[in-house]
Amino acid sequence: MTDDRKIDPTTGTETTGHSWDGIEELNTPLPRWWLWTFYATIVWGVIYTILFPAWPMVSGATAGLLGYSTRGEVAAEIERVALSNAELESSLTTVDLAVLRDNEALHRYAVQAGRSVFAANCSQCHGAGAGGVVASGYPNLLDDDWLWGGTIDDIAYTVRHGIRNEEDPDTRFSEMPPFDWMEQSEREATAHFVRSLSDLDHDPAAAGEGAELFADNCSSCHGENGLGDRTLGAPNLADAIWLRGSSQEAILSQLATPRMGVMPSWQTRLGEADVRAVAAYVHGLGGGEATPEDTAPSAQADDPAQ
Amino acid sequence: MSTNAPPLFAAREPIFPRRVSGTFRRLKWIILILTLGIYYVTPWLRWDRGPNLPDQAVLVDLANRRFHFFWIEIWPHEFYFVAGLLIMAGLGLFLFTSALGRVWCGYACPQTVWSDLFMTVERWIEGDRNARIRLHKAPWSLRKWRLRLSKWAVWLVIAVATGGAWVFYFADAPTLARDLISLQAAPVAYATIGVLTATTFVFGGFMREQVCIYMCPWPRIQGAMMDPGTLTVGYRDWRGEPRGKGGVKRQQAAAGAIGSGDAVARYGAAVDKHADKNTAGTRQARSGEALGDCIDCHACVAVCPMGIDIREGQQMECITCALCIDACDDVMARIGRPRGLIDYLALDDEPPTAPGARAAVAGLAEAPSGEVAGAARPAWQPEPLWRHVFRPRTLFYTFAWAAIGMLLIFALFVRPEIDMTIAPIRNPTFVTLSDGAIRNAYDIRLRNKHGEARSFRLSLMPDSGLDLALEGASGSIAEVPADATRLVRVYVIADAQDPAAMQQRSDLRIWVEDTASGERAFGDTIFNGKDIADERRANES
Repeated sequence: MTDDRKIDPTTGTETTGHSWDGIEELNTPLPRWWLWTFYATIVWGVIYTILFPAWPMVSGATAGLLGYSTRGEVAAEIERVALSNAELESSLTTVDLAVLRDNEALHRYAVQAGRSVFAANCSQCHGAGAGGVVASGYPNLLDDDWLWGGTIDDIAYTVRHGIRNEEDPDTRFSEMPPFDWMEQSEREATAHFVRSLSDLDHDPAAAGEGAELFADNCSSCHGENGLGDRTLGAPNLADAIWLRGSSQEAILSQLATPRMGVMPSWQTRLGEADVRAVAAYVHGLGGGEATPEDTAPSAQADDPAQ
Repeated sequence: MSTNAPPLFAAREPIFPRRVSGTFRRLKWIILILTLGIYYVTPWLRWDRGPNLPDQAVLVDLANRRFHFFWIEIWPHEFYFVAGLLIMAGLGLFLFTSALGRVWCGYACPQTVWSDLFMTVERWIEGDRNARIRLHKAPWSLRKWRLRLSKWAVWLVIAVATGGAWVFYFADAPTLARDLISLQAAPVAYATIGVLTATTFVFGGFMREQVCIYMCPWPRIQGAMMDPGTLTVGYRDWRGEPRGKGGVKRQQAAAGAIGSGDAVARYGAAVDKHADKNTAGTRQARSGEALGDCIDCHACVAVCPMGIDIREGQQMECITCALCIDACDDVMARIGRPRGLIDYLALDDEPPTAPGARAAVAGLAEAPSGEVAGAARPAWQPEPLWRHVFRPRTLFYTFAWAAIGMLLIFALFVRPEIDMTIAPIRNPTFVTLSDGAIRNAYDIRLRNKHGEARSFRLSLMPDSGLDLALEGASGSIAEVPADATRLVRVYVIADAQDPAAMQQRSDLRIWVEDTASGERAFGDTIFNGKDIADERRANES
């Protein structure tokens, strides 16, 4: 048996007997337990592919005896989280939003949930940072200027029913008529007056003429001093925030061919808890207004059951 | 292809290390007791940190991401301390390896320490080397079963205790101990204990040297970090060869009769200087052939836990546990020869011997031994040990190691009591308010490492002219619960006419003050304003 064995003269080690152009390989045997470990991994691999999804088939893969799937695991995880949040979620649907901040745990939950809801549903128009897109007329939600009201209940109502939404009868609705029947000079005078409301550069003479036109045609919605009217969603024209631009041209364009924003109603898609959550999130972005003390919350709040 | 191909796999050769006593064995006992003692006792040390913090001296709190080490507490954002310690551990390994070879393997590696403990148990139950060899060869009898089972039982107890001690580092030890016994502890605790029990039992009891030879990367890496000046365990073949069980009758050196005779004579001269027991001479076989000091008693082989023969030169398997030195010194004392036939030695320190004998000592052939061999040094004597330990290379490692250590200690002491980070919100960079004011937002993370809640007042430089407000709070005070982090949204507002509002960027310093202690800290950031010039340009175009 040992006849064929060759010993390397330099090292005294046996060679494998293989020779490649005279180059021989020393035989340094692996430990046998290593071999058994190797076999064990093969056995493990076979068992694993039987128990778990593994082999690719024409469509899909073998399911495995244990019926495990990563999708199923994620679903179970989501279910577990939903279950652990169920209590918070149900109390969020009934809590008086005006005092939500007093319940720290619930408020934190609402803001965190609202952050996700916002990112998934609102950021497409209002931006991931909720800064709006001025060029497209999507309002900035971070500032203190609100077309339809900035208390948490106002925000929740807007989210619930949308703006100028044809499918929701309770939607916030108003319409600015086009003032294309005015003379161009009249529109220019009105625009000068509007710019004067917030101390922008204007022609005082034209503005004086525009004041009259404004009082006759605009003040019913925007107010005598141009401060706007939140019940109508009429913007404040006397502040520094201009959704459609503050230049003379922008104001003229808005007078002749008014653009008005629309917003979907989210109550069916999100459900009451998420509507309230996203309202809490938006309310906490820096512009949220406190609910006035004298307003009974029940009068202001919109009953979701209706 | 040959039908008698040599086997590509080999069964493990059982090793039965003999009991040995001596200097290095004693040192190993001390290190074993010390390291195991530290490992088992540490989780039970208490350290009072106050009511809201854990009182365990060393605690890795994974759930809360805290690492407590006596008076030091490390939070995740200070992980660079751990990174620094790891770098120090690496440099320490370089240092010890370049000075003393695989000293880590031989004395302090857990695999060595636990194997040593398991072998001690084995010797205690089954007897010393010869008894164990007999037992190994004996058929399975009642006695063999009794001995084996009691040995495995003790091993298992040690293994469980090892795995058990590990989990105590990660939770309050007394509570966890109670939970473990009453089966209330988390499944992961039992799983960890189970895995570590199994690995300890198998690695310490059955795998032993196989772990070092086949599983551990260190032998290869450490071998690459040694050089000819490194002290390592070796056999002085020039002194021992030719080995043989010759007569013990001493004669005067027959220089020149054998290749190593000259060196032996010189070694004797060296011993003259250093030892009072002058045994300059050599042994002679019955045949009259002069012999070296090695009497080929195999004591060094019998005590080796790795099952190698150190006389074959340096080997990958050798963990330099130095037990062969103890064994050989004992034999040398008995035959009246100076100690150190097997010793800690540096390869570049040894005198040259006949080519045949030298080849057995790997690396010696490459050693620059010209000066040693020359007439400049008539009497060979080894360099003092400190010359090998303190070399430029080891000094460099020591310096680098100490420098990082000092840096870490410095960083530890200058850690601020008030810990905060300021993250400016950049989407959008600023918000215009209805009165034209410019508002910036910042997320400020306040960390409270104290055991009680703290209130922090946030403020700006008094002359900044800007206003500061907190989201959801009327004042500028943020309360942070004990041992917690709080993220506060902070608004800084500049009036429309403020310079900060009208230029693109201005510097901003935010102060944080502990309302109770008055301690202050600040963070610098940027305030983004409307770039008026830019806006005007845009309007004109």
